[in-house]
Amino acid sequence: MPHTSAGPQIEQLITLLSRLPGLGPRSARRAVLHLIRRKESLLEPLGRSMIEAAQRIQSCKQCGNIDVRNPCAICDAPGREQTSLCVVEQVGDLWALERAGAHRGRYFVLGGVLSAIDGVRPEDLHIDRLLALAEQPQITEVILALSANVDGASTSHYLSDVLAKANVTVTSIARGVPVGGELDYLDDGTLSAALQSRRSV
Amino acid sequence: MISTALVHLSLSRFRSHTKTELDIEPKPVILFGANGVGKTNILEAVSLLAPGRGLRRKPLSDATQRGSLQPWAVHAKLSRQDGVFSIGTGLEAVSNGHRRLVRVDGSHASAGALAQLMRQVWLTPAQDRIFSGARGLRLKFFDRLVFSLFPEHAKAVSSYEKAMRQRQKLLDDGGAEPAWLDGLEQQMAQFAFLLMQNRNQTMQRLIQEIETSPDSAFPKADLELVGEDELAVLTAKCPIDENALRTGFGRSRHNDARAGRCLTGPHRADLRVSWAVKQMPASECSTGEQKALLVGLTLAHAKAVSAHQQACAPIILLDEACAHLDERRRAALIDELCQLKGQAWLSGTDRSLFEHFGNRAQFFEIKETGAMSGQAS
Repeated sequence: MPHTSAGPQIEQLITLLSRLPGLGPRSARRAVLHLIRRKESLLEPLGRSMIEAAQRIQSCKQCGNIDVRNPCAICDAPGREQTSLCVVEQVGDLWALERAGAHRGRYFVLGGVLSAIDGVRPEDLHIDRLLALAEQPQITEVILALSANVDGASTSHYLSDVLAKANVTVTSIARGVPVGGELDYLDDGTLSAALQSRRSV
Repeated sequence: MISTALVHLSLSRFRSHTKTELDIEPKPVILFGANGVGKTNILEAVSLLAPGRGLRRKPLSDATQRGSLQPWAVHAKLSRQDGVFSIGTGLEAVSNGHRRLVRVDGSHASAGALAQLMRQVWLTPAQDRIFSGARGLRLKFFDRLVFSLFPEHAKAVSSYEKAMRQRQKLLDDGGAEPAWLDGLEQQMAQFAFLLMQNRNQTMQRLIQEIETSPDSAFPKADLELVGEDELAVLTAKCPIDENALRTGFGRSRHNDARAGRCLTGPHRADLRVSWAVKQMPASECSTGEQKALLVGLTLAHAKAVSAHQQACAPIILLDEACAHLDERRRAALIDELCQLKGQAWLSGTDRSLFEHFGNRAQFFEIKETGAMSGQAS
């Protein structure tokens, strides 16, 4: 730890902030100075809202989303489609899909993908909960929205096998040309995936 | 004649070179000088203007000049039929070490963008023993040839290996659910099929190039890729397809678990090279003959890449390639290099090795470390 002239409380704050993604010791120190300079308008409200969030935040027992209520706002929303269930890896992916307004149905957050090398096994991914959800009579389709890499693809394969027990259609999001993308700049793998999943227009 | 060439090269803090600038004509480039003056360093710098770790295959952070506080950088001007491009690469200091930087025409770019602009083919003394060395080295050598024709090949190989490692870990630990293994084997089969296709196409193009080229001082090589079709035997399916591969991996689970490694698949392939006329395996040829075979193969490969990629003929880096060749073969090599569309870069200790070039090449004498004297002929 580099020497600073601040007291242990400030030191502690810098150490904690420097563990945040995107921040290092220098930027954490800058952020702390910024907070201290705006004690009433920033530091104290931030502290209060962090404590409040820490006390109230919980993982939704149905879908694994993070919210201050359980079930979460999405699971509880009356207007949402109850027939389709979208499976994502992380809460961040769910938020991305929500931001895009792309999926109007429900979600399930796996919390990761299967990886023998990283020690992530089926029991770590709440798959029994996913199966229980998928077996609810109103669900007709499960959409797998996992990463397009080796681990994501093998997890999708595993899930489609598990979900065969439930009476649902299992689909997976398309792989191919991004919106606004030019074919010339795409790599060969993406191009052939796009061609394989072509459809009539 | 030459359509793809570097017309300027600048090395900063790169190994022995504090600051070295070369202004180059679109002709073959000869770097000569005593041992240890940094000739190969210049070739390595050029080789880093491509994705990967360059012709020395050393960690990128090792290339920074000793004692230098700032990391290395290499910049070049690349002249092609469709214009001149400014390309550069180097390391950038980040909080937890270094990160590779690639620039094309003043903007950030990916390493893949370099591969699109410029292909490279190289031959180094480390490859001299490739025919008598370990199978894995030969396969790596061949995969590099594939890679310069099909840049996507590298990703297919690494994805295949990743899925294979995951599957092996599951088999080693035992008791894995079959559906998980199925998923990984599907991934293995998908990438295995892709990389086998790339390899086969490369092989066909090389063979075609060798067969159609006129007889020269370089022996024609018989090439064969063996060991890939063991899976076909396992599934009794020919021609092999993705499904057959998948079934094959599925059937070999038991054996792979017992062996602790994956026993069949394209990672077990081997490149077999023999002297076509003599019908003699390359590993039994003399040192000089092996070198001649290797140079012949490299030239055939360069031509295959040129034919495949009209817009950018590959730059050819030959480190000490003339050392084991007799005078007749040296002259033949030089004549062949002058015919190619991509610029050749050669290094050697003695200028006289390259006299046959005459004024068809540009000579640079590399002197004391860092102090570089460009001497055009």
